[in-house]
Amino acid sequence: MPKTIAEHPALADKFNQDEERVNWHDQTLWWVRAKRDKAAHTLPEWEELRNLASQIKHNVLANLSEYLIQFEENALKNGIQVHWAADAQEHNAIVKSILQKQGVSQLVKSKSMLTEECHLNEYLQQEGIEVIDTDLGERIVQLAEEPPSHIVLPCIHKKKEEIGELFHLHLGTPAGNADPDFLTAAARLHLREKFLTRKIAITGVNFAIAETGEFVVCTNEGNADMGAHLAEVHIACMGIEKLIPLRRHLGVFLRLLTRSATGQPITTYSSHFKKPRPGQEMHIVLVDNGRSRQLGRKDFRNSLKCIRCGACMNTCPVYRRSGGHSYHNAIAGPIGSILAPNLNMKDYADLPFASTLCGSCTNVCPVKIDIHDQLYKWRQVLVQEGYAPAAKKAAMQGMAFTFSHPAFYRMAGKTGKWFMKTTPFVINNNLNPWFKQRDMPEPPKESFHDWYKKNRQQNGHA
Amino acid sequence: MVMHSREKILDAVKRNQPENTSLPAIPFFEQPFTDLAQKFSEVVQAIGGEVHPVSSYAQINTILKEEFGNKTIFTSAKELTELVDTGITYANAHAFADLELAVVEAHLAVAENGAVWVTEDLLQERALPFIAQHLALIIHPENIVPTMHDAYAKIGTLDYGFATFIAGPSKTADIEQSLVLGAHGPKSLLVFLLTK
Amino acid sequence: MTIGLFIPCYVDQFYPKAAIATLELLEKQGLQVVYPFNQTCCGQPMANSGFAHLTQGCNNLFMQNFKDVDYIVSPSGSCVLHIKDHLHAENAADEPVAHHIRKRIYELTEFLTDILKIENLKARFPYKVGMHQSCHGQRGLKISQMSELVAEPFSKPEKLLRMVEDLELIELSRKDECCGFGGTFCVTEEAISAKMGKDRVKDHLEHGAEFITGADMSCLMHLEGILRRQKSKVQVKHIAEILNSYA
Repeated sequence: MPKTIAEHPALADKFNQDEERVNWHDQTLWWVRAKRDKAAHTLPEWEELRNLASQIKHNVLANLSEYLIQFEENALKNGIQVHWAADAQEHNAIVKSILQKQGVSQLVKSKSMLTEECHLNEYLQQEGIEVIDTDLGERIVQLAEEPPSHIVLPCIHKKKEEIGELFHLHLGTPAGNADPDFLTAAARLHLREKFLTRKIAITGVNFAIAETGEFVVCTNEGNADMGAHLAEVHIACMGIEKLIPLRRHLGVFLRLLTRSATGQPITTYSSHFKKPRPGQEMHIVLVDNGRSRQLGRKDFRNSLKCIRCGACMNTCPVYRRSGGHSYHNAIAGPIGSILAPNLNMKDYADLPFASTLCGSCTNVCPVKIDIHDQLYKWRQVLVQEGYAPAAKKAAMQGMAFTFSHPAFYRMAGKTGKWFMKTTPFVINNNLNPWFKQRDMPEPPKESFHDWYKKNRQQNGHA
Repeated sequence: MVMHSREKILDAVKRNQPENTSLPAIPFFEQPFTDLAQKFSEVVQAIGGEVHPVSSYAQINTILKEEFGNKTIFTSAKELTELVDTGITYANAHAFADLELAVVEAHLAVAENGAVWVTEDLLQERALPFIAQHLALIIHPENIVPTMHDAYAKIGTLDYGFATFIAGPSKTADIEQSLVLGAHGPKSLLVFLLTK
Repeated sequence: MTIGLFIPCYVDQFYPKAAIATLELLEKQGLQVVYPFNQTCCGQPMANSGFAHLTQGCNNLFMQNFKDVDYIVSPSGSCVLHIKDHLHAENAADEPVAHHIRKRIYELTEFLTDILKIENLKARFPYKVGMHQSCHGQRGLKISQMSELVAEPFSKPEKLLRMVEDLELIELSRKDECCGFGGTFCVTEEAISAKMGKDRVKDHLEHGAEFITGADMSCLMHLEGILRRQKSKVQVKHIAEILNSYA
């Protein structure tokens, strides 16, 4: 029988040991959500743009094989070398082979959630290759030897004092200096030296355009451009779902992406890479790693529309109070919870349950992914596949029986008694998690059923 | 092995693709602003840039002299090269590592988000607008369009090796969401709105 | 017109006052209301836990109970949403019944607003009241506009509350944040659930609420649990009780 993992509740509980920190985390992300709202409200056509983006992405999913072939053909014409990786392992091996051909053992990398998903850093480190992440937030979590906790704001869980301490240890800044301006300036100097000396740069890809064979990378810091333009070899790693059909579709997506992510009207840089510069090598690695499988899951394929803005995390009341690491997956939050079980049902069986199904994620999603409905549907799949704890299964079967048999329910349920004993959320026992921080309602003298019998008997339908 | 994965992926994708739906037409979206230069200037300032309306390259040069004095300046803008003595000879982009200011002329700009569109042919080196400590962009007001849709309508299927939208100075808010200008790229952005 | 009153299991057992108020409110509108005795639960606790395949017994029972009425009305947005989205017949032959029920089930405030189109109420409640927007009613049934969307604001429950004499509706910092109840979520993710509940209560308290109301008793039960643990004097009250009171 498959073992059940229930990690999110335990990790979230740990995060909640420090309530002040939870408040700070929640408020910081809520502030980002509020900025998103403000940006969205400046465009009267916002909801129409979301529809357009969703429709374009649906067309992409329906024609993905054709668009991939078209993209490859155009990219090759542009002088870009195209690689195909069926899974994370192959992706990592391709990157390594390019490095080996160059005889290079150091590189800079701008933010790429795909390389996080493939665990490229760990892989390369084991091969003796040094990877420097150049996005400030990613560099901070790299120094802390942690994964990013958010796809757009990688170190949103860290306080500036902790970052000051990390920089003191690793970059030699004065102890106790936690000023964001000062720390950013220190990182600028530290990373500029890397940009100027590394011969290989890896970037992610925000959008790849079938029509032209080019790809677009969006950053605020300019790190992808600094890396790519100063390196002799540029490797861009992308999931196959990042394609869009036409260049002009960028008009829709670039209007939505950053407004949804941080509330900015657009990122500082939206760079269009079409050809390597003279003398430079440019590679694209097209990665499947389960995406074609997810494409075949009717209920879950819409998750492949995701443009990685992170809005669902910022709005998620559970994410804000449990932190990104509680999702133990490269991509945290609501979208991560519908992507992860596709990668591995057993390891991520807990994630679709880490939600109240409030639906706020679905409403902020710029490509209109039905995130909370997919969470519900994953729960059904996971239970059917045998990933439910035995105790929960027994409780549910008991509930199903009682609720299907009104007479038994009446007998069992004499004003709350059955509920107090059986229903998961009200088991009347101090070991029950309900009672840790909440009280139960006092059972009334009589149920509505009994009151009705007494007062409105004539209308009752037996 | 590489070919094998390619076929495997394409085959799996093709097998699993949903039923086709057509691409939507992107309608025209009326914007609540009419003065494009004004809206563009407001947004550039809101995202940390500085806008100077000017009427000649000589005026640009004067402002640059005032703000940057004798610091190293490099410009890829043809009509400015005679005025600005760069004193820089370069073999590759690394030579710009200590450059104080880059001045670049741009094709078009977008009012709704303050983004300025620059293609490789205007840069000489791709790294130029990123590596300099400060950046100045020259844009002609008649080349400002309302939205990104209008920008891509103008760009069309133009061929280039590299092109980018630049909106404001390089920035980060990775440390506790505190906004800091000058992450890896330029710490400041000057935009010259050049009316002839 | 016959209205079938659907009283969710936990309301029946713990909050009969909310059920009575719902019944009386409907009767005051001159409607004939019946209460089928064999009702239990809509099946949502199982379905949301991933056990939708165990809910056919609940579905069958629900259909038996409500197949003959014109409308089904319930004081719980969450349970109504579950029926609307997930009720289905065991056999294709009975599917028209399931379809009828899915189309004809209403949460109380949307029934009063959209079907009865009531414009005034004889009610008085001289207190400061915070309105908790329960997610399933709001984002599922769309009984009020959602803060995430760029769209005209409206709120059916608030519209009704504004008809109540001397009631002061307070503003909240986060007007539609989830309270964290979430069915079995409240015990499987106890830490987050309780924290969300505490934060929701805090928002109401900071804005001076004397009562917290809403269209979903389950959220209110959760918030009440927090308030009682904090020994707060603030009470929860289902919106039906307020609309049906003349204090």
